[in-house]
Amino acid sequence: MSAQAPAGVPDTAGTTPSGPVAIEVNGLEKAFRVPHHQISTLKERALHPLRRTEYDELQVLKGISFSVARGEFFGIVGRNGSGKSTLLKCLAEIYRPDGGSIRVAGRVAPFIELGVGFNPDLTARDNVLINAVMMGLPPREARSRIDAIIAFAELEAFTEMKLKNYSSGMQVRLAFSTMIHTEADVLLIDEVLAVGDAAFQQKCFDVFYDLRDRGKTLVFVTHDMTAVERFCHRAMLVSEGRIEMLGDPEEVSRLYIARNFSSGAGAAYSPAQPEPEPEPQRDPGAPGEDRPPSTPPAPVPAPPRAEILDVFVEDASGRRVDAVPFGEEFTINCVYVSHELVDRARIDVWVDTEDDERLFAASTLGWRDPTRRIQPGERVHARVRAGNRFTSGRYHIGCSLLAGSAGQDIVVLDNRAAVFLTYGGEHVYGLAYLDHELDLERSPVDEA
Amino acid sequence: MSASVVEHQLREVQGPSAMGGGWNRFFHLTWTIGLTDFRLTYFGSALGYLWSLMRPFLSFAVLLVVFTQIFDAGAGVEFFAVQLLVGVVLFAFFQEATSTAVQSVVNRESLVRKMQFPRLVIPLSVVVTASLNLAVSLVPVFIFAVASGVPVRASWLLFPFVIVALAAVTAGIAMALSSLYVRFRDIAPIWSVLSQVLFYGSPIIYTIDKVPGNWDRLVLANPVASLVQLARTWLVDPSAGTPAHVMGGAGWALIPLAIGIGIFALGLWVFSREAPGIAERL
Repeated sequence: MSAQAPAGVPDTAGTTPSGPVAIEVNGLEKAFRVPHHQISTLKERALHPLRRTEYDELQVLKGISFSVARGEFFGIVGRNGSGKSTLLKCLAEIYRPDGGSIRVAGRVAPFIELGVGFNPDLTARDNVLINAVMMGLPPREARSRIDAIIAFAELEAFTEMKLKNYSSGMQVRLAFSTMIHTEADVLLIDEVLAVGDAAFQQKCFDVFYDLRDRGKTLVFVTHDMTAVERFCHRAMLVSEGRIEMLGDPEEVSRLYIARNFSSGAGAAYSPAQPEPEPEPQRDPGAPGEDRPPSTPPAPVPAPPRAEILDVFVEDASGRRVDAVPFGEEFTINCVYVSHELVDRARIDVWVDTEDDERLFAASTLGWRDPTRRIQPGERVHARVRAGNRFTSGRYHIGCSLLAGSAGQDIVVLDNRAAVFLTYGGEHVYGLAYLDHELDLERSPVDEA
Repeated sequence: MSASVVEHQLREVQGPSAMGGGWNRFFHLTWTIGLTDFRLTYFGSALGYLWSLMRPFLSFAVLLVVFTQIFDAGAGVEFFAVQLLVGVVLFAFFQEATSTAVQSVVNRESLVRKMQFPRLVIPLSVVVTASLNLAVSLVPVFIFAVASGVPVRASWLLFPFVIVALAAVTAGIAMALSSLYVRFRDIAPIWSVLSQVLFYGSPIIYTIDKVPGNWDRLVLANPVASLVQLARTWLVDPSAGTPAHVMGGAGWALIPLAIGIGIFALGLWVFSREAPGIAERL
């Protein structure tokens, strides 16, 4: 990986940290009770005094144990609903754990959301003061730091402006600045790294490195694997309320990406025995008769005509990677195997944004010979070599094998076969950066 | 920087509570938030001060007209208008604080769900805001009293006791209502009716001697009624009589005192019991 190696805490890529401990979690359990029928009024309570409310117990955390060393940056990743945010809220004393214990050293400041408690009718100055007090600074201390906070947020010109007149970016900068100036010993951060414009973001990254050097402990929950690999000493993957993996951030993020996009990429990790693709989002209990007649009953799975065996990205030196730096060459690889004769074959490989916008596509459409006919059992390895011109973010790779003169016969197609990240392109304004020359022709105004 | 880091020992995290985070922070937060809300009502608009005086004084004016011109409640009562105003302003404080408190925890939901926040601060800061409003409306009350010819007496110095005791009862109710509202959303309409009952059950628009038989003991068992009666006696008319005097003995006065303390303790208990789970129920 080309992510910077974390400095400061040596040899932490294990399950137990070395040195003094900042957070110690032991067998943490948390369940939510979801009532079948919510009694929300006194009237109902009075009318049905004996009705026992029935609950579904939703066990969100099922015995989590780990510890974080002082001065460590610790990433928690996991899919939505895996329990990672609940875990953070337990650490932050927002939820009460049902079992197990949590011990922390020093003052803990949680940042579940930036700008909690901001009041739009107050000036920036007043809001900073209140926010800092909420985060645990004594008012006198808070007052002495206001100027530094506002200076960091680059909002000196707007101190006396009411917050409701601020742009959302300015509010976020103010909130972030307040957060890092409260000098807590342990910071718990939930998905707030992506704030502000490119210049401010760079400043935030500098602050994170600085905090790390000053021995602050930071736990953050994120979906951003680039950030995990960039800042974290260790990372933890949580799935279904348990720790699935704890250790090296790169390995964790690799597993996370594999788990998260397993529908297509799962095959990529076991090419020898391709699993049948599970049908996502289908209710197994729904009987076929209840479906509208227009949708056919679930078909008996036919043997696949062709398969996408492996889709992955390589960096310029040919290493398999999940993230590509901006400006560097990379190669998208798609490996197909066909189980039947495909005539007039056409192969497409494309890149979509998270919002399913197609950024780029490569196609054999218009080619003469090479893919005209694919024999049964033949493997085809498609390589698309390109320079990374994409703004920082997460992208999906899709690929397909089509047949027929007009490509009307879809032999195999996967819109989200794999995912990759690009980083370092934060300055790109727009989705992609094209090679270009910018040229201004100016005609001076004739002075009459 | 690192020197301060080294000292910290591991401590057990207890989970959310009514007062977690130390007394200092609790006090600072309650005061800061209460004061901020107060300032917002006053500096939000140019007429802020007049607006916030409007409500108690307008209802005072209406009640004064109705109960002196239409019903003859004030006949033969010395300084009836002043007594009425004192009662109305005190009750306005009680009503403002309790009715705002009902939805306060739900309204400040983001603080509860996204921050390590001592939950008790929320209803108590509402009481702080209402107390500051009360302090502001008491200024014209005293001016009106002196202008009406009420003599300045030493017993005026006892008046702060009334305020503190009333604030405590109010806080007790505010704590209970704000935490119960998270569970039972019909608390709001129920409380608005109940507080109307309390208003007419307190000697504000009438004097306690108009209450027939021994019913005055029942009326004064309500701590709010007793405090209004005390304020009337100490500020306006010594002959009105303290609750102990009216009820017929100091022993009787222990009833509203005990109920008042009970309300505060009950409110605190209910809130502390509900506090840990509030974030999950919202």
